[in-house]
Amino acid sequence: MKDLEAYPLCLEGDNIPMVCFKNVTKRYGELTVLDKLNLEIDAGEMVTIIGPSGSGKTTVLRMLMTLEHIDGGVIYVNGEPLTHMEKNGVLVPANHRYIREKRGQIGMCFQHFNLFPHMTAIENCMEGLVHVLGLSKKQAKQRGEELLEMVGMLDKMDEHPSRLSGGQKQRVAIARALAMRPKVMLFDEVTSALDPEVIGEVTSVIKGLVDKHSLTMLMVTHQMGFAQQISDRVCFFYNGKIEEQGSPENLFSNPQRERTQQFLNAVNESI
Amino acid sequence: MSFIEFLQQYGPRFWDGTLVTLQQTVLAILLVLPLAFSFGIMKLSRYKSLRVISNIYIELFRGTSLLVQLYWMFFVLPLLGITLSSFTAGFLTLSLNIGSYGAELVRGAIQSVPQGQWEAAIALNMSSYKRMVRIILPQAVVIMLPAWGNLFIELLKGSALVALISVADLMFQAKQINGSTFLSAQTFGVALIIYYILARFIITPVMRQAEKFMSKKLGLNNV
Amino acid sequence: MFDWRWAFVWEILPRLFEATLNTLLASMLGYCIALVMGLIFTLLQRTRVKTLTIITRELVEFLRSTPLILQIFFVFYVGPQFGINLSPWAAGMIAIGLHYSAYLSEVYRGGLESVPKGQWEAATSLNLSTVKTYIRIILPQALPPSLSGMGNYLVGIFKDTPMLSVIGVAELMHTANAIGAESYRYLEPITLVGIIYLFISLPASYLIRVLERYVNQKMGLN
Repeated sequence: MKDLEAYPLCLEGDNIPMVCFKNVTKRYGELTVLDKLNLEIDAGEMVTIIGPSGSGKTTVLRMLMTLEHIDGGVIYVNGEPLTHMEKNGVLVPANHRYIREKRGQIGMCFQHFNLFPHMTAIENCMEGLVHVLGLSKKQAKQRGEELLEMVGMLDKMDEHPSRLSGGQKQRVAIARALAMRPKVMLFDEVTSALDPEVIGEVTSVIKGLVDKHSLTMLMVTHQMGFAQQISDRVCFFYNGKIEEQGSPENLFSNPQRERTQQFLNAVNESI
Repeated sequence: MSFIEFLQQYGPRFWDGTLVTLQQTVLAILLVLPLAFSFGIMKLSRYKSLRVISNIYIELFRGTSLLVQLYWMFFVLPLLGITLSSFTAGFLTLSLNIGSYGAELVRGAIQSVPQGQWEAAIALNMSSYKRMVRIILPQAVVIMLPAWGNLFIELLKGSALVALISVADLMFQAKQINGSTFLSAQTFGVALIIYYILARFIITPVMRQAEKFMSKKLGLNNV
Repeated sequence: MFDWRWAFVWEILPRLFEATLNTLLASMLGYCIALVMGLIFTLLQRTRVKTLTIITRELVEFLRSTPLILQIFFVFYVGPQFGINLSPWAAGMIAIGLHYSAYLSEVYRGGLESVPKGQWEAATSLNLSTVKTYIRIILPQALPPSLSGMGNYLVGIFKDTPMLSVIGVAELMHTANAIGAESYRYLEPITLVGIIYLFISLPASYLIRVLERYVNQKMGLN
């Protein structure tokens, strides 16, 4: 961490990326999961990350959501560092209070939904609004209902998660995360735990988001067709590094690297 | 007197008491296992009468406290014609009391063995006895071992109560020494530490070894 | 031989009844102490200060692994040695409260650990503060699995109150012994005491199971 002096205190310029990973490294014990990763995502861009398991793709999302500690490098969100803060003119690892301030810009949806089981759908959506953003219960309920309607779950707003199907739960989870009006939305394999017939419910909601809003989004998925449909850019990860990235048309039809080709072949065979 | 002098003078008595405590505990452990297994399996029997007997035993000894049971064995049983020495009444009551908890433990563990195991044994046309002894119980034992560790510690702690029916165990010695010296902190402190050592540094490691041994024997490594 | 005298039973019942109330009161007080201290022990073991975690852990193990009766004697007799005179009641309450707080802290720990990791992560993703996360998300989910343990220990405290008789607290067992010593008849008092304990602890255990089911249902966790 001594070379933190090499990193700017904040990003300057006209077209700064919304998310910027600079030389980000993450280790679990002996294992290096992310190896000096450099990744930039522009405001309003929709980026999909694909790759074999263990390639570090989920770790990228988890670090952005501050669920994991960073071992090297700096992550910037909207120009300002997320993982580090300024002290006496240099960057130092951020303390809890600073992280909580910056974290509100990020929202995340999980593979296993992680809805709060002791609250109804609408209460799940209201929770962050009331207890983090300080909205009144009335305002929170209004916004919650708006979002549940957007994902098509308004009629189930008073149900507990145990009474909802997987697809319904994931849609509520999306509404819950969006209610916080984050600048960056993260989707971590949100269809991997769903039965095939309900995957469509969730992907159409995400597609709606891409079409109607200019949210910055980062998605990890195994649904290649879906990724091709909605992404602005696709990154193929291998061994903690970006092996190849480009527009979906280029990457899927004309991969330049051999490992990318091998991965895409293996995926196509399993369909 | 200094603490060292205290230990030198009263050490032998603490030692004698500890030996009696160990005797009570070990004898109770030897009795509690057959009790727990018998009544635990009985509770799962096809025959209603066996289930009822087992339930009565379990609820009776779990629903009343060990001290009450000890007093009953020591004061009341003689009135009904059965006179036991306090030493015998001690470990007997201990094993009956802990046995009721053990029976529930055995029952729960047997019921936790996956249904498929019973079905496979039936498909192989095994007798109920063979099925229980060779297939179900070994798997149940691995499930119940950690909780038995806790029960043995409960047994050790419960053995302290036999001092109240005049068995000369560690607790009894501590009380006597306190009565004559009034050095309560030292006396009861030493006694507490001895019990702690017996529980944490003898029973717990032994049980952990037993768990490892059983896991390996059943090929359940990394469980 | 078996010489049960019903007249004697009716004679001693009122006294035993009063002692039962005393016992229930003692149990409740000890339980309240244990509930609070247990939570403190659990939370102390989850702090980032390593020394505090280790000391608390060892203390909890010590309290759990040593006999309650010995702890009662310790609290009662050690006080006077250093000039603090505790009434038998106070000493008994403190000892029982501490002993059971160790058990309850393990119950709470189990409950906390049973909450899926994803719940913590969801709370982080919504940027909930640590305090709010515990109070609104984690503790409500840690409670239902803890209830059966918590209830069982309430029944356990009730059954352990006879130990207080040895330091002179006038609870049920003590009263039975006193009656026996006065009248030279132990059969009826001690048997009745056993029956009274059964009559209270069995329904209590049943009620706890009912409560568990109710809470699980109410919180939509079924």
